[in-house]
Amino acid sequence: MALVRAHILICTGTGCTASGAKDVLAKFEQELKAKKLWDEVSVVETGCHGFCEAGPLVIIYPEGTFYTRVKVEDVAEIVDEHILKGRVVSRLLFKEPMTSQKVPNYSDIAFYKKQHRLVLGNCGHINPDSIEEYIGAEGYEGLAKAVLTMTPEQVVEEMKKTGLRGRGGGGFPTGMKWMFCAKSPGPKKYVICNADEGDPGAFMDRSLLEGDPHAILEGMAICAYAIGADEGYIYCRAEYPLAIKRLKQAITQAEEAGLLGKNIFGKDFSFTLHIKEGAGAFVCGEETALMASIEGGRGMPRPRPPFPAVKGLWDKPTNINNVETFANVPYIFRVGAEEYAKLGTEKSKGTKVFALTGKINNTGLAEVPMGISMREIIFDIGGGIMDGKKFKAVQIGGPSGGCIPEQLLDTPVDYDSLIAAGAMMGSGGLVVMDEGTCMVDVAKFFLNFTQSESCGKCTPCREGTKRMLEMLIDITEGRGKEGDIEKLERLAKSIKAGALCALGQTAPNPVLSTLRYFRDEYEAHIYEKRCPANVCTAFIGYKITDKCVGCGLCKTVCPVDAISGEPKGKHTIDPEKCIKCGACMVKCPFKAIIRG
Amino acid sequence: MVEKTLEKSWEQLNQLLESYRCTKGSMIPVLQQAQEIFGYLPKDVLIKISKELDVAISQVFGVVTFYSQFHLEPRGKNIIRSCQGTACHVRGAKAVLDAIRERLGLKDGQITTPDNEFTIETVACIGACGLAPCLMINDDTHGRLTAESVAPMIDKYYNNKK
Amino acid sequence: MAIKSLEDLRKIKNESQLQTKARKNNDTQVIVGMGTCGIAAGAREVMAAVLEELSKRGLNNVAVLQTGCIGMCQKEPLLDIVRPGEDRVTYGPVYPADVPRIIADHLVNGIIVEDLVVAKIPNKE
Repeated sequence: MALVRAHILICTGTGCTASGAKDVLAKFEQELKAKKLWDEVSVVETGCHGFCEAGPLVIIYPEGTFYTRVKVEDVAEIVDEHILKGRVVSRLLFKEPMTSQKVPNYSDIAFYKKQHRLVLGNCGHINPDSIEEYIGAEGYEGLAKAVLTMTPEQVVEEMKKTGLRGRGGGGFPTGMKWMFCAKSPGPKKYVICNADEGDPGAFMDRSLLEGDPHAILEGMAICAYAIGADEGYIYCRAEYPLAIKRLKQAITQAEEAGLLGKNIFGKDFSFTLHIKEGAGAFVCGEETALMASIEGGRGMPRPRPPFPAVKGLWDKPTNINNVETFANVPYIFRVGAEEYAKLGTEKSKGTKVFALTGKINNTGLAEVPMGISMREIIFDIGGGIMDGKKFKAVQIGGPSGGCIPEQLLDTPVDYDSLIAAGAMMGSGGLVVMDEGTCMVDVAKFFLNFTQSESCGKCTPCREGTKRMLEMLIDITEGRGKEGDIEKLERLAKSIKAGALCALGQTAPNPVLSTLRYFRDEYEAHIYEKRCPANVCTAFIGYKITDKCVGCGLCKTVCPVDAISGEPKGKHTIDPEKCIKCGACMVKCPFKAIIRG
Repeated sequence: MVEKTLEKSWEQLNQLLESYRCTKGSMIPVLQQAQEIFGYLPKDVLIKISKELDVAISQVFGVVTFYSQFHLEPRGKNIIRSCQGTACHVRGAKAVLDAIRERLGLKDGQITTPDNEFTIETVACIGACGLAPCLMINDDTHGRLTAESVAPMIDKYYNNKK
Repeated sequence: MAIKSLEDLRKIKNESQLQTKARKNNDTQVIVGMGTCGIAAGAREVMAAVLEELSKRGLNNVAVLQTGCIGMCQKEPLLDIVRPGEDRVTYGPVYPADVPRIIADHLVNGIIVEDLVVAKIPNKE
């Protein structure tokens, strides 16, 4: 086996592939072969680094140089300069948005420096299609330790000691969940991994499934051993084709290695795994709906109790955890519960992965210890707000969560503090909004989502969200009336109290939290008929400023002929004819058209 | 020619149903694969599935209409899934969607072009939020879109007639 | 590849780590001068010899790096050895035949091969 002196790690996760990583990969192979370097350098496809914004990402070891936005045209230069001559190609290095400084080394970038990558530790650093590399990173040692040296009862106890809480949103203690299922009598039990990541704005599960699929398998196998299950399902969204491909590959490899299947580690413990592809329904992220979908029916929730731990899939005791929860398990069993519990706060242990998106400089995945402040996540890791604008709020927890305004940015991020602030951890999507975002519009957006994803089984959710949405549409379109805010609040409370499942119970949260912190924006829409952020089209108009040079482009693009003006002279918009489509503003090469 | 491919599709469907006989919970995978074969789910196919799996046709119809993945009408050769998730929304996904619709010449309510080249649908999130606004064309994900950049991208798929 | 015990698992782990070791930062380094002049003088062959020797000896905790021209073209090919806590030593001209001796004496045993030394850069610690 020849020694390899350098490793070129190329991210081929969904984000980087969309930016052209596959072509970059092919070009590296071609260049290295042409320069006869193919035998001494290894090219590795990795999973997502969680920094999709800067993709395609290429990392070169042993130096650990981090190249961003690498294009096919750059490859020859990297090979010539870096691989051959050892000179860093500085124009491709990452530039810190706050300081404009170039950073050559992966571990020195502020985005990664403040993170504590425990669950995402392997993502981007090993080849997800190779079980050997996973084992090389101490993979399957946790399973070995559990199966070979512990009884199932001890495994459950160990989980309880970690204080780990479900990462899918609810935050229920995982050890307790396992214990309930372990105590349910019956020869047949199931383990299910909920990989139906439906929250718009969250993609940590996709990243984990693509970048470290074996960790999920190992976590599920440990759970199966603990509760006495011999069969499991991974319910994954069909929108994640790459994740499904890598999971299938990982299952085959683990079966061949004897780490899944019959008599694992020579013991009386067997576990087989199946993959079920979701068919596109947000509500299937709810555990009872998910099971109904695996059984082949409409994915609708049912009342609990009985809880899945007693009566779950095909009426057998079932334990369901989310992808990130399972991804924590191998690490826990490698280092022990006590070591794990040192991280985080008293009631929220370990780390949490957040998906940073929206109007922020460094979009991507950030894994941080529980208890860190929101300000650190957004400004230190996320690099602040795009285009130097002012921060307004961050929406946490997707359509079930709430927003956190400027004055609460120092809130520690843990399950209980977030609930106290009127938001929730949810799956960990963080959508950052700046002064140009209208909070009523955001609330309308989320309600539109929950309303169209409501399964229709219970009335409060089906009818209630529809009525709330209608009111919000009226408010944003200038038909808001006195009393609307109070009506919204009353309806929100009824839905929260009356809906059958978590989707419905949490659906009003975005409205309630925006009302709590940005009531003045609602009032401006209703009473003053204006949108403070200049977003809602009913209240805005378009104007042409003195920057206009009279090129006439806006005139040609206007669908209703509302723009007039002589060539080379300043043009004007007739507000009577204007339908506020905004096409002229997009088209203007001189940025002479503004909203307001 | 058309008849021949249709005949072949039915043959594939028979094989598919055979392979799932006696497997519990098989309705959704069967429907997913049947849709792969036919491109959509015609009435005859649903009737056939209902008979073979011994499930009432109403139940099959209930499942098909519940999930957004299943389609009862023929669809275009290229499927565009325009993401309207939160991250895409705040970064201007609406303008991108409008630009695509304009490029394809779709009227209100229309989702498939008359020449059956493209179908456009909106999805809540495709998990590429770091590159918002983004979309998928068939299995390719494209990100960092603007209203100007989408039109030439779509044209590429026009030329790539399958 | 059926894994039936912890030993089986550890064996695969160790084999796999040999391959991925280069992805960690190592304190022990072999640095080959790869400027245009170095390559013209035969640095590529020296690099190949280094890799061959390291793999023969199973030395996988050594980082093999390259550097650009340091302006001493007449002494190319240049090769540096860095051992943690010791002075950095530059050798030149180095030919593939010299590589096994430098690696055996200096890199492994810490004895500097004086007859090939061009310069020593004192350790800062």
